Parts: sequence; C-alpha cells; structure tokens
Amino acid sequence: MFDVYKVRKDFPVLARSINGKPNVYLDSAASAQKPKCVINKMSRVYKTAYANVHRGTYALADEITSEYEKAREVVKKFIGADSEKEIVFTRNATESINLVASSWALENLHQCDEILISEAEHHANLIPWQIVCQKKGCRLKVFKIDDNGAYLPQEFIKNLNERTKLVAVTGMSNVLGTVFPIKEIALAAHQAGAKVLIDACQLAVHSSINVQDIDCDFLAFSGHKTYGPTGIGVLYGKSEILESMPPYQTGGDMVDKVTYQKTTYAEPPARFEAGTPATVEAVGLGEALRYMMKLGLDNIAAHERELSAYMLQKTSEIKDFKLVGTATNKGGVFSFQVGNIHPQDLAYVLGKEGVAIRIGHHCAEPLVNRMGYTSLARASFGLYNTKEDIDAFVAAVKKASAFF
Amino acid sequence: MEDIEELIENFSMLEDWEDKYQYLIDLGEKLPPLDEKYKTDAWKVSGCQSQVWLVPEHKGGLLSFKGDSDAIMVKGIIAVILAIYSNKSAQEIKKIEVGKIFAKLGLGEHLSPSRRNGMMSMVDKIRFYAESLEK
Repeated sequence: MFDVYKVRKDFPVLARSINGKPNVYLDSAASAQKPKCVINKMSRVYKTAYANVHRGTYALADEITSEYEKAREVVKKFIGADSEKEIVFTRNATESINLVASSWALENLHQCDEILISEAEHHANLIPWQIVCQKKGCRLKVFKIDDNGAYLPQEFIKNLNERTKLVAVTGMSNVLGTVFPIKEIALAAHQAGAKVLIDACQLAVHSSINVQDIDCDFLAFSGHKTYGPTGIGVLYGKSEILESMPPYQTGGDMVDKVTYQKTTYAEPPARFEAGTPATVEAVGLGEALRYMMKLGLDNIAAHERELSAYMLQKTSEIKDFKLVGTATNKGGVFSFQVGNIHPQDLAYVLGKEGVAIRIGHHCAEPLVNRMGYTSLARASFGLYNTKEDIDAFVAAVKKASAFF
Repeated sequence: MEDIEELIENFSMLEDWEDKYQYLIDLGEKLPPLDEKYKTDAWKVSGCQSQVWLVPEHKGGLLSFKGDSDAIMVKGIIAVILAIYSNKSAQEIKKIEVGKIFAKLGLGEHLSPSRRNGMMSMVDKIRFYAESLEK
C-alpha cells in the first residue's frame, strides 16, 4: 500500500516552510528531493567506511569498494540489465550521452551516415550529436511530433533508412511529458541496422524500465532525478558494444597494463571510469534506487497517474490555462501558459506562495519554440506530491492571474 | 523617470510582498516601451529568464539606458535599475552597490550579486558599457 503522507516523512526538506507557507515542490523533473535513507547512507559511509575505491588492501578500502560495486548491482537490477559490466557510472545523463558520442559515435559513424532524434529532445540529447555530425560529416535528422506533443509513428519511420546509424530518443519528454514507445522504436531502428540510445532521465523516475525488454543499445539517466545525489549518473550499454569502444577519458583505474610508451585498457565498465569516481554518490544512488524499488515502481506510477488526473481536472477550472503537451500517453510533467502572463511573472508570485515550478526553455529550446513559445512554465511531480500540493498550485496560479 | 530616492521611500511604505509586486507591475506598465527596432539579439541581455533588451545612450559624458522585457514584473525591475543607473558617469556607475539598494527596496531576492539570478546580467551589461566608455 502506497501511503503518500507516510512517504513524505522520508523527505526532510518537504517539512520546511517557504515564506511562511508549506513547501510545495513541483520541480522534480529538474531535480528530485532526497529521502533520509540516501542522506543517512552517504553520511554513514563517510563516517565509517570511506577510502579510495578499487585501490587499497585494507578494511576501509575493501568496504567502500564493496559498497560501490553493490550500488552497481542495484542499478543493474533497477534497469533489468544482463550484467553489472554493462553499468558505467558517470557524472550525469549528459556525460553518459557525451561518452557514447565521443567514444562510440566518433569511431563508428562516417560521412553521409545519419543520426535520428525526435523534436522533443533535451539539449543533452541534441548537442552531442550536432558535434558528431560536424566532426564526421554526418547528418542529424529530426522526426516531427504533432502539435499536441504526441509521437507520430509515420514521421519516425519516414526518416529511418539504411543510412541511419543511431536513433537517439527520449523515453519521456521533460517539457511535454510525452512517453515515447521506445520498444517499438528500438525494434524498427534495429531492423534498419541502427543502434538505439534512450535518454531515460524522466522515464526512470516515473515507470519501471527493462533494458533487455526494450532491447536498446544504450540508456542514460541521472541520479539526482531518481531521488539520489547530484554528481552521479548511469550509462547502460550492451556488453559487446561497450567492449568494442575505446576509452572516453584516460587516467587512473581504467587500465590493464601501462608502460611509458603504451597502455592497454581495462574491460568495461572500468575502462570508462577514469580517475576517482563519485564513489559515495554512487552508493547514495544505489540506496535511492533501492528505496524506489521498495516502494514499488508500479505503485509510484499509479500514484502519479492519480495526481495527473487530479491536475487535469483542477487546472481546467483556471481561466485561460493552456496545457502544452497533451499526448494521451503522458507522465507527470505539465508545461503550461496562463493567458498572456509571462511565465517569469507567474513564477515570481508562485515563489512567494511557496510553490516551486520551473520556467524557461527547460534545456529544450528548439522544442519550446516549435510549440510556439519562447518560455514555458512547468509543474512536475515526484512520488511525494499530493493532491494538496495541486490545490496549493491551483490557488497560487489563480492568485497570479488576478495580479496581472 | 522616477528618482531612486523617491522609489526607496515609496517601497518602504509597502508592507507585504503583494503590494510591492503590484507597485513593480505599475512601474513596468509606466516604463516607455522600447522601439521595436531595438528588440533584436544585438541588444538582448542573455542569462535572463525572460527576454530583456538594454540600449545605452551617451550624452555629455553621462550614460543613460533604455530597457524593456516581455515580462511585466521584469519591466518593473528594469524601471528600478534604470532609475539607479541613468544619467551617471562611468565612474559613478562603478561605485553603485546595486545589491544594497535592492535590499533596501525589499527586493533583495530579485537582484543580489550572490544569487546570480537573471537580472544581475543586466547590471553586468550596464557595468560593461560604463567600462568601455572609460577606455
């Protein structure tokens, strides 16, 4: 049984007040708050079991290495990977995608090859491919979504051909909330001979993921959005592909044998984790994912569906409230515009009312422009949000409407 | 254009944030709109969360500025910034502690050097124009 009021007690920051009002945090799509178990786990590691990972021969070094590698096993379980060798720890999803761009794409893509992405991509799943295309003379193709932000299968298929070497799509749009049918996309891409990368930053927060079922070649997500610490992210890659890839950065902990003239590299994932990693953050991420699995990904998804339905119902009562992104298959991310009120003006008033939302282009400027805006306001849910949060949000938006 | 001392006095009479915001909106509405020909990337202040334009004018050794935004409260904040910085020499502009003035207005959260949120970019640009004039 998922009891949100009980769950909220796990998140200390939700108990503080903002400007004398309850803390209504509706910006989890930007970054999620952290449960006590994550904070405590990291603190405990620093207090009792800290040393450099993978290097020592003493008790503390053994313990931290074991904690770090246990976290990798948790990630493996969380995304249903075949082996922990397929799990690379990075700084964040942005670095995960840049790793694939630098290491895999620059090696394997050539002139006239094509990379296919959707119109709904975050800058992190756009700019690395622009750079690959500039360096290698490849072409970046962008398949259209409809004006409601829904996936259009015919647009995807139309742009897929034998020159397509990589399809890189988001599992769930951070602006529109649209959930993309990634299993279907991966199947078609593979039939065309392309590799598939999924940006799962939003998807990983809101639903369970199984990389073997999706059959993607790469998948990236950030720890700080899945209730874990900042500074830690994940790249999943199929074993045989990771094994074929050259290192992304070089230095300590990623080598097999080094002489002054020549180096042979370690097997994945160590090959891609040069230098001392964000060790305690990785352990914190493991704890966060364990927490999510304990609550149950399906329970979290069901709770967020209930919130979404309530959100749609309540916001329909606000005059001139326009939701941007109304695809049928949509997660708990709501971009919106109210009348002619600039999102910045709206956010000033909401901030005073203790309601945290994000405004701007959400690191997806072409998408926001494509939807017809230069800036959008966005409210997004985490597993700890309640109907009372939505009531407070609606009341604050109404108050702002009266202001402007 | 309002005088900054007058603005400080007016703001000091407003107790709650609602009244301060309403006053900012009024200031924004009163700010003369910028000629459309200046609403280009060349005059845009980057780093703000709304579109902000700033155009400097130089007369008799003094700098003045015109500004605009597509957000009305931001326009109000611009009106305050312009009141602070207009008709000043480059030397005077350098000495202004804008964060302290905004704190005095009770608008510290909208412009403070430590928070680096949006509107500081506009002040940076004003300082940049002042420095270029000195050279």
